[in-house]
Amino acid sequence: MSNANRRIGAPVFLTTDIVFDELTETRADEIIAKYPYSRSALLPLLHLVQSVEGFVSQPGIEFCGRKLGLTVAEVSAVATFYTMYKRTPCGEHLISVCTNALCAGLGGDAIFATLTNHLGVGNEETAGEPGTPGSLTIEHAECLAACDHAPVLQVNYEYYDNQTPDSALDLVNALQAGQRPLPTRGAPLTDFRSVELEIAGVFTNLAERVDNPTASVPTLRGTVLAAHTEQRAPAMPDHVDFPPLPEKK
Amino acid sequence: MSNPAEPTPEPGAPAAVPPPAATSVADAVSTQTGPGTVSNPGTGEEALPVPVTIEPALPPTGTPTGPSSLEAALRAAGPGPGENWPTPADGGAPLTPMLTRRWASPRSWSINTYRQLDGYQALPAALQVEPGRLTELIKGSGLRGRGGAGFPTGLKWSFLPPASTKPSYLVINGDEGEPGTCKDIPLMMADPHSLIEGCIITSYAIKAPFCAIYIRGEAVHALRRVANAVEEAKAAGFLGKNILGSGYDLEIVVHAGAGAYICGEETALLDSLEGRRGQPRLKPPFPAVAGLYASPTVVNNVETIASVPAIVMGGSDWYRSMGTEKSPGPKIYSLSGHVTRPGQYEAPMGTTLRQLLVSAGGMLDGIPLKFFTPGGSSTPIFTPAQLDVPLSFDDVAAAGSMLGTTALMCFNETVSVPWAVWKWLEFYKHESCGKCTPCREGTGWLVQILRRIVSGAGTLEDLDTMADAATNIAGRSFCALGDAAATPILSSFKYFRSEFEDLVTGRTPPVVESRLLVGAH
Repeated sequence: MSNANRRIGAPVFLTTDIVFDELTETRADEIIAKYPYSRSALLPLLHLVQSVEGFVSQPGIEFCGRKLGLTVAEVSAVATFYTMYKRTPCGEHLISVCTNALCAGLGGDAIFATLTNHLGVGNEETAGEPGTPGSLTIEHAECLAACDHAPVLQVNYEYYDNQTPDSALDLVNALQAGQRPLPTRGAPLTDFRSVELEIAGVFTNLAERVDNPTASVPTLRGTVLAAHTEQRAPAMPDHVDFPPLPEKK
Repeated sequence: MSNPAEPTPEPGAPAAVPPPAATSVADAVSTQTGPGTVSNPGTGEEALPVPVTIEPALPPTGTPTGPSSLEAALRAAGPGPGENWPTPADGGAPLTPMLTRRWASPRSWSINTYRQLDGYQALPAALQVEPGRLTELIKGSGLRGRGGAGFPTGLKWSFLPPASTKPSYLVINGDEGEPGTCKDIPLMMADPHSLIEGCIITSYAIKAPFCAIYIRGEAVHALRRVANAVEEAKAAGFLGKNILGSGYDLEIVVHAGAGAYICGEETALLDSLEGRRGQPRLKPPFPAVAGLYASPTVVNNVETIASVPAIVMGGSDWYRSMGTEKSPGPKIYSLSGHVTRPGQYEAPMGTTLRQLLVSAGGMLDGIPLKFFTPGGSSTPIFTPAQLDVPLSFDDVAAAGSMLGTTALMCFNETVSVPWAVWKWLEFYKHESCGKCTPCREGTGWLVQILRRIVSGAGTLEDLDTMADAATNIAGRSFCALGDAAATPILSSFKYFRSEFEDLVTGRTPPVVESRLLVGAH
C-alpha cells in the first residue's frame, strides 16, 4: 500500500472485482446462525473473506456489512484493529517468526534476518506474486505461546518448533519449490486461504485434520518425568459428597 | 442421541494405555449412588492411572521439522542415557499430574481416550445436583483463576445475580498470548475434552444455555482439536438438548480471535466476541452483571475450567491436599528459555523454581540464571535471589511480583536486561489497543527511548525519563496492559539499573546495531 493511502482517519482497502459466490454466502449464513446475536459473527466472516481473497478487500468489507447489517465504517474499524486481517494480498503461505524476547534471544531474530535476507523483502512483505505457488509473506509475530519450543515460527499458523536459521531456510526453500513440509505440531500444511477457512469455523474434513500426530517433547516432559519416577496426584477418595446449598440469610 | 453409558471404543485406539483398574465407563456409571455424590471407581489406594509406560531414554532427536511420533517424543522427553531422572528426593519438583496426566496417551485428544481415562464421569454426577451446590463445591476447593489474576473461581460464579431476566453465559478465555505463557494451547491440543466437560459442568452451575470458547486465532490446531471435541461431545449426547436426560440444554461455540493480545483482557475479549474492536470496558459493571450481550457472564481461563471435572470427581478436600492453603491445587508450570529440558511441569502450587529447574535438568550448558519471570513478561522479574520463593499467588505477591500464568521464562547470564526489556516494550507498544492515552502514547515513547539505549545512543537523562513515563503509565491506564508495559521497566530498574547506565555511558558496547532497529516491528 502506498503511503498516500495511509491517511489518518481513512483506512483504505483495495478494490477488487470479487463477487462472493453462493457457497461463501451459505457459509456466512451458517456462521451467523451459530451466535445468539449476528454481530458476533464479524470476526469469523472477516476470516471467511480472507479465505476467498487472501486478504480483506473493500468488497470483502462490504460483504460482511451486508451480511450483518453493519456499515462499512463499523466493519472497517474492526478489520483494521486485528493483526491477522491483512490489507494487502498475502502469499501462498504466511510465515510468522516470533521475535519476542525469549524466542529472539534463542535465535528468533537471526531466523527473521536470515529469511528476510533470503527472500529480499521486509516485514509484512511478500516475495513472489501474491497468491501464486511459492509466494511467501513474512512477518514478525508476537509471542506465539510456544515458548517451551523456542525459537518457533508458524507457516499458515501451523507450528514449526525449535527452529534454527538453517532449518528455517531449508523450510522456506522447500516452500518456494512448492513442497509442503509437515509442521511439528499441526495439520498437514495447506495454504493461507485454506487455513483462514478453518479459522472462520468452516471445517470440511475436521476428523482427518485433527489426527496428525502432534506429540512434542516439551509438552510431554512433565508427564513423562512423573510417570517414570512414579509420581502421581494423590488418590481420589472413593466417595465424594457435594456440599449443601448455603443457608439463606 | 447416543447413550453415553454405552461407549464404543475404537478398536485398539489407546492400546498403549493401561486401562485403569475397574474404570470402564459402564462400571463407573453403574456405581453412581444417587444425587449429590460422586463415587470413584476402584479402591481408595488406587492412584490416578499412569498413562504411559516409559522405555529407556534415548538422546533427544532435535528434528527441526516434521511431526514426531508419540513413541519418539516419549523417549526423547526425559534425561539422556545414564542420566538421573530427578525426583523430589533429588531436590526436584513433586509432580502431581491432574490436567496433564492424559497428555502422553495415544490420541489423547479423542473422546475415546478421554472416556477410558475417567472422562465424562464427573458430568453425570454434576447434573444430578442443584447447580448452586457445584458453585459451593468450587468455592470450597479454593480453586483460583489460572489466567493470571488468581481470583477465586467459585466466588466469581456466585456473583451472578440470582434472579436475572436475561440468560447467563459462560465465556472461556483461550486467547493465550502473554509472553512466556504456553500452557493452554498444549492443553487444548492434548486434552480438549477436559475443557469441554468443564465447560458443560460450569455452564450448568451458572445455568447458562450458551458457552463460547474464545481461542487465539493463531492457535489453529488447538482450535481444530477443541472444535472436534465439541462435535464428539455432541454426538455422545453431552451437548445439545436435554443432556443425559437432565432437561438441561447447552450449545458451545468455538470462536477464533484475530490477533490481538489485548483480547486476553476479559472485557476486551467480550467486545471482540461481540464483533467489535477488542478494547477493554470500564468496570463496573463487571461481567457478572453485564458481560456478553450485557447479560450476566462468567469469564474463566482454559486451565481453570479444565480443572473442574477433577474437582467434581475428587472433592474439595482432595483438591486442597495439593498446593498451599490460599493457593490450592496443582498448577501447570511452563519452563522456557535457557533451560536444559524446557516444558510443562504440573506440580502443586507453591513449588519453587529451584525445584522445577532440578526437574528440568538445570540451566542449559550450566550457564547460570540471571533473571526470570514468575508468570510472563507482565510480572515483575525475579533474580536468583528469588529461586526459593514458593510459586503461589500469595507468596509471589509477598516477594514483590505476581504469579501470573506461571510462565517461567529463564534467561541466563548472556542476556542483556535492557535488550530484553526493549523487546518486551516493542510487544506492548504493538499490542496497546489505543483506547487510553497513557498506554497508547507511553508505550510509544518508551520504545523510542529504549531503541536509543540499546543502540548506544541513550543518555542518563533517558533513564529518568523512562522511569517517569513508566510510573505515569502504571496505575493511570484504562486496563492492566498499561501497568504490564511499565512493569519490565520498573522491575528491571530495581535489580539491573546499572546495566542501563553502563550502556548509556559507553562502559558496555551497544547490544543492537542501530541499522537493525530499522523495521523493528
